[in-house]
Formats: sequence, C-alpha cells, structure tokens
Amino acid sequence: MLRTSTLLKRCAMAAIVIASTAFAASGDASGPAPAFTLTSLSGQPSGLSAYKGQVVMVNFWATWCGPCQQEMPLLDQMYKKYKPAGFTLIGVNVDKEAPAVKELLTRKPVSFPVLLDPANQVSKAYHVDEMPSSVIIDRKGQIRYIHRGYKPGDENDYQDRIRQLIRE
Amino acid sequence: MRKRSILLLGTLSGALLLCSACGIQPWVKPYERDRLADPIMAWDRDAISSAYLDHIRESREGSRGATGGAGGGCGCN
Amino acid sequence: MAHRHILARAAVIAALILIRSTSADVLPDNRADVFYSKYSGGGMDITGYSATARAKITENFAVEANYFIDKVSGASVDVLSSASPIKDERRQKSGTLEYLHDKTTYTASYMSSVERDYISETASFSLSQSMFGDLTTVTLGFARTNNTVGDNGGTANKPDVTWVGHALTRAYSGGLSQIITKNFIAGVNLQVITDAGYLANPYREIRFLDPGKAVGYTLASQVYPDTHTSTAVQVQAKYYLPYRAAVTGLYRYYTDTWGVIGNTYELDYTHPIRDKWIFEGRVRYYKQSAATFYSDLFPFPFSQNFTARDQNLAALDNTTIGAKVTYAFLPDGWKVFKRGTVTADVSRIRFNYRDFRDIKDFGVAQGFAPGTEPLYQFNATVYQLYLSMYF
Repeated sequence: MLRTSTLLKRCAMAAIVIASTAFAASGDASGPAPAFTLTSLSGQPSGLSAYKGQVVMVNFWATWCGPCQQEMPLLDQMYKKYKPAGFTLIGVNVDKEAPAVKELLTRKPVSFPVLLDPANQVSKAYHVDEMPSSVIIDRKGQIRYIHRGYKPGDENDYQDRIRQLIRE
Repeated sequence: MRKRSILLLGTLSGALLLCSACGIQPWVKPYERDRLADPIMAWDRDAISSAYLDHIRESREGSRGATGGAGGGCGCN
Repeated sequence: MAHRHILARAAVIAALILIRSTSADVLPDNRADVFYSKYSGGGMDITGYSATARAKITENFAVEANYFIDKVSGASVDVLSSASPIKDERRQKSGTLEYLHDKTTYTASYMSSVERDYISETASFSLSQSMFGDLTTVTLGFARTNNTVGDNGGTANKPDVTWVGHALTRAYSGGLSQIITKNFIAGVNLQVITDAGYLANPYREIRFLDPGKAVGYTLASQVYPDTHTSTAVQVQAKYYLPYRAAVTGLYRYYTDTWGVIGNTYELDYTHPIRDKWIFEGRVRYYKQSAATFYSDLFPFPFSQNFTARDQNLAALDNTTIGAKVTYAFLPDGWKVFKRGTVTADVSRIRFNYRDFRDIKDFGVAQGFAPGTEPLYQFNATVYQLYLSMYF
C-alpha cells in the first residue's frame, strides 16, 4: 500500500509540474500597436500618437504590484539614457483610484510620462496577461516585443531590444 | 481511508493536467487583482501567530491538520 | 509534567502544516519577528518566546530560521498523582529553504523540538504551483516525524527520565486555492496523517471503579493502539467587502481511526484603517466526539483492549473569541527596514467537556460518588505580542 501511495504522490507532482508549463513567456510579438488616449495625473490628455516616429515602450504597472515598484527606478534611468536617441517610455498605471498613484509618485518621482487607465481599456486592448508587462513598439507603430513580469536583470533585456529598434 | 484520500489527490492532479491543456483563459485579469493583492486578503498575514494558535488548539483538541492556505495575492512575476 | 508531551506533539503537528501562505509568483518580503505569547487557563501558564527571520538570498531562493522556547508552570487537572506544581521547558528550532522557479515554489524544512522527556524531529517537503493565469494554486506536501517519548519519574529540578517508546508520523497534504472573482478567493485543504508506535501520554492515567478504595476508584495506565490515521478536510473562503475590509469563513471536518470526529467553524473579520492600523476579530466553534476507547470511568480493569482518559480524546466543545490589532509604526521605513509593525492578539476560549469529570477538585470527600463529579469546564486566555520588521 505504501508503494502505491508513493507512486501516486509522484504522479501527482509530475502532473502539476507539467501543467505549469502552460503559461505565456516573454517573447517576440507582432501587429499594430492599438492607439490610445489617456489622461496624466495632472489631467493632461496624451497618447501613443504623440510619440509617432519614436521607439516606444509601454509599461503597465500598479501601486500594489511589488515587481513593478522594483523596476521603476531602472526604467527611469533607461528613459533618461535613450530619450535623446528617439525613445519614449509611457507608464500606464492600472490602479482603480488615483490618490495612491499620486502619493507613490510624490515619494518616488519618475521623469517619464505616466498615464492613468483606471477603466482598464488600454490594458484590455493590449491583452495584458501579467503584471508588470512592457510592450516595445517600433518607429512604425508595430508591436515588436512583449516582456511579461520583472526579475532583476530584465532591464538588460529591455535595453538590448530598445537599442536594436533605435538602430533600425 | 488513507488509500482513498491519496487516490483522490492523484485524480485531482490528473484532472488539472488535462484542464491546463484546454487553454482556459483567466477571467480575473492581472490588472484587476488590486483587492486580492491587499494584505488583508492574504490567507495568513502572520504565519508565526497562526502556527502558534494551531499549536495551542492541537494540544487541547483531538483534531489536527489541513489548516493554512496558499495562493491569491497580486499574481505578479 | 503530565501535559508536556501533548504540547510537544502539537508543536510537531504545527510543523507539519505545509500549506503555507505562499503565492507562487514572487517570494515573500524579508522579515524578522520577535514574538511573545502566554497561555493561561486550566491551572496552567505557558509562556512562549520566539524569534524568526527570513531573507531572500537571491530573487529565487530564500531561507528562514526560527527559535522557540516554551515554559510551562502550574498544576493542571490532569495531574492526578501529586499536587506539586510543574515547571518545564521546551526548545524548538527550525530551518526552511524556499526555491522559486517560474510558477513553482519548492519548500524544504527541518524542525527539532527538545524537552527533558520528549524529543521530536520533523523533515518536510512541499511544492506549490500557480496555474491558469495565476488564478489557481495547487500545493502538495509530505512530512515525516520521529518522536522519542520518555517518562520523567523525578521532578523538573531532579529529572529521572526513562525512555518508553518511539513513534513515527507521516503526513500527506494537498491544497487547492482558487481566485473566483476579483473580490473572492476560496480554498480546500486535505491532510492525511498516520502515526505508528508509542502514541500514549505516559503521565495520564485511566480510572476504574473500585469500591474497595476510599475514593471509589483506582488509577491505571492508559493503553493506546499503536497506530492512528486521521483525515482532515478544510474549506475556506475570503471575501473583500464593498468597503476596504475582508471577511473569512472556514469549516474543517476531521475524522480518525480512533473514532474522534471533529467539526471546526470559524469566522474572521479584518478591518484596516488607511495603512496604519489593521483590526481583526475572530469567532471559532469546535466540537468533537470522544475516541471509541475513551472513558472517564471504566467499570473494571481490562474491560477493553484499549483504554484512555486523556481529556484531548473526550467529547468536548470549545468557543473562542479573539481580537487582533496591528499598528504600523514605521510608515516611511527606517534605514534598511521598509516597514515595521507591532501586533497584539488576545483570544478567550471556553472549554466544555461532556464526558470528562473534574476529579482533582471533586470526589467522595465533597459528596460526589465516582462518575457523578461535575463535568470539567474552564476558560483560557491566550495573549500574543509581536514585533515584525520588513526589510
């Protein structure tokens, strides 16, 4: 009886590990980047069209998402570094309420534009399936790469992709 | 009884394996998890305290096991 | 003396609780806790002190260590042979390793619990898997414990321990947690635990009717089966109310080969105030039926193959009301600490026994024939105070 139970236990663990592989990883993507217009914290409307001809990274983040907070300073550095070369980073915040966003950005300001998407229309349009998600769009407005999640070291990946698209 | 429970575990795992192949789409999107990410929605905010209360109960009661919880949260990666 | 084994065994079982609060996407924050607890009730005072620290070594790998000391003093109703107060101490150490790879968290831990007359070691392993867009978490776990049971014939200050037996415990657990809506999460846990070996408490005794004795009964050793298998299933749910608060409900059903059936019902309410305060209230009701071989008073010696009078196996129920307050005293962090909280938690438990009588305070001398002494009931208060630093 013990052998059967051990066997079943092992099968169960194997099944779970195999089942886990069914999730989306970061990777190349294609298709036109959906246009959008959102308001910033100060109430100014802005959108993807304002940055036509530039390489754009749209980063979906939230105040309640730990890894999002971790990557913000690195995204800021990256924005300052590549902006002169024709790169823009748009932070699309998905919080339902603005006060928490304002409070966080006052404590930890960033220099890249932050737009608010409380109704999650843009998140839906971009099929965001992981938090955080970074969508990299080329100068022609085509989505080229989607990075899901954030682990320290991913910023190197972002920079490689951005440099590649800037050179195009 | 133990054999039956283990068989149940095995069947459940097998069912999950098949289900994942069906490609079920998550109905709560990652950007909708703000409430689930709130610390008040954690199963166990203070594991040391819960473990201690379980310890007190099991030393005075005849039951044991199956306490605790996993999952939930922001689902960020 | 009498109750120490039960506390040790319970601590061991607590270590077997593998369904830890993890979400298989990021490892939890670094944290250190200093913990103080006091249990006061049924003639016993148990003070506990503990220190725990957990830290991420890399983004995918974390370690946790815990040290716990339990000190008991008092004379409880189970001490039948002498009224001398008991003082005893238990030391527990544990270490845990956690590894996160993609959506799977692997956890391995080891715990040792040592007191003069009881030594216990547990090794456990569990795996937690996030699936279906991180809406579902499945956990599987296994733990194995070796216990060495002794009988201290001396006193706390001058011990004289005879090692009377060993016991081996194996626990198999499975858990499923499912996000149902953006406000609602539910889960189910199953745990099967099997023990074999010396399973009795050598300090507790049974009594049987003996008209020849002045008190009307004679004490004798308990005789327990040398195997025990139990199954527990718990269902739980947490719901985020329309305002910032959460309500939790749980029900656990327990059954074992000794005939004990236990039902646990619990309801919790958590209410935060901004990010500074969190208030929590809980109500719990537990009811169990007695083990088949349990009796408060046996008719004559050797009336059954197995005999027990351990109050944990009696028909009992208890009701708990608890309140917990957490205060975040470092809103902006301090040096390396991101957050600091202090928590106070008080629970009041009322125990009622339906077939266990108080023979320490009542007997023939007070006018109660054996078997007519009042049923035992008592209140206990559990205090917890802890400081948690997140870094």
